[in-house]
Amino acid sequence: MSLFRALTLILLVLALPVFAVIETYEFSNPELEKRYHKLSQELRCPKCQNQNIADSNAPLAQDLRREVFRLLEQGRTDSEIHEYMVTRYGDFVLYRPPVKGVTLLLWAGPALLVGIGLLILWQSLRRRRNAQPAALTPQEQARLDALLESDDRG
Amino acid sequence: MAPRLKLFLPLILFALLALFLARGLELDPKELPSALIDQPFPEFTLPKLGDDVQLVREDVLGKPALFNVWATWCISCRVEHPYLQTLAEQGVAIYGINYKDDDAAALQWLGDLGDPYNASIVDRSGSQGLDLGVYGAPETYFVDAAGTVRYRHVGVIDERIWRTRLAPIYEELSGAATAAMGGAQ
Repeated sequence: MSLFRALTLILLVLALPVFAVIETYEFSNPELEKRYHKLSQELRCPKCQNQNIADSNAPLAQDLRREVFRLLEQGRTDSEIHEYMVTRYGDFVLYRPPVKGVTLLLWAGPALLVGIGLLILWQSLRRRRNAQPAALTPQEQARLDALLESDDRG
Repeated sequence: MAPRLKLFLPLILFALLALFLARGLELDPKELPSALIDQPFPEFTLPKLGDDVQLVREDVLGKPALFNVWATWCISCRVEHPYLQTLAEQGVAIYGINYKDDDAAALQWLGDLGDPYNASIVDRSGSQGLDLGVYGAPETYFVDAAGTVRYRHVGVIDERIWRTRLAPIYEELSGAATAAMGGAQ
């Protein structure tokens, strides 16, 4: 097989995952289909532990995809569809959970930890910069002078 | 003394983290809290298993009851079934939600094993399951006399789980119901 053919084959195979949805739906307009793909990636499959409903082939994910399709065709907005799912499955079903008291730690946590880390870093740098070398004792001073003199003599 | 104390900081942080992680090991990542707690049981219009009638919300509410999501393809449901029979014989009101199943197979199943349910609702497409937030069978919803979902148990109900965790919940619902009835007199 020529190199060209091999490359084409490889590229075609790599392109397959683009169609992550397992079944196809007839959308009444292409805008809905775009929103469908976006929503499918934002909703977590409640059964599958960290797969979105676009990637999961669990029956429940299939049901949820069908529901998203139905709601889109009904003319619901994205946030209405999010709310529909959260009413039934809780905040866990969204990959981007709302910022509430409960989820505040989740959202703020990483930034908080980085902030603390930077603070500690700044403190230790400042301490090092301000550190004075300890003064020499008279004996150490005498030794130093002797060494310097012997150096000069070469 | 203060700088000395600061040396212990990494150790304290480690201890806290270890505590968190140890707790995390005890948690089951598959257990989701139900979004329906303290919400009304959802509306529905679905056929009754083995009968030619349609059931609606009002038909199955009014007394404290369990709603058990089951199916013939669900092996755990088969494991749970004998204990549900026991509970039914003790007078616990249980309704079945036959989830994404086949009517003939379901009727055969109940015929062979016994029917602990006051009635089974046929949820062929899973739409009621979706409204309830069902993510796997068996699940059991505890609903009070007013039709409010008060608790959801995911997984098999056996004697130990009923005795230690669920019986108190059911008793509380029934107690509240009798109190309400007593008050009405």
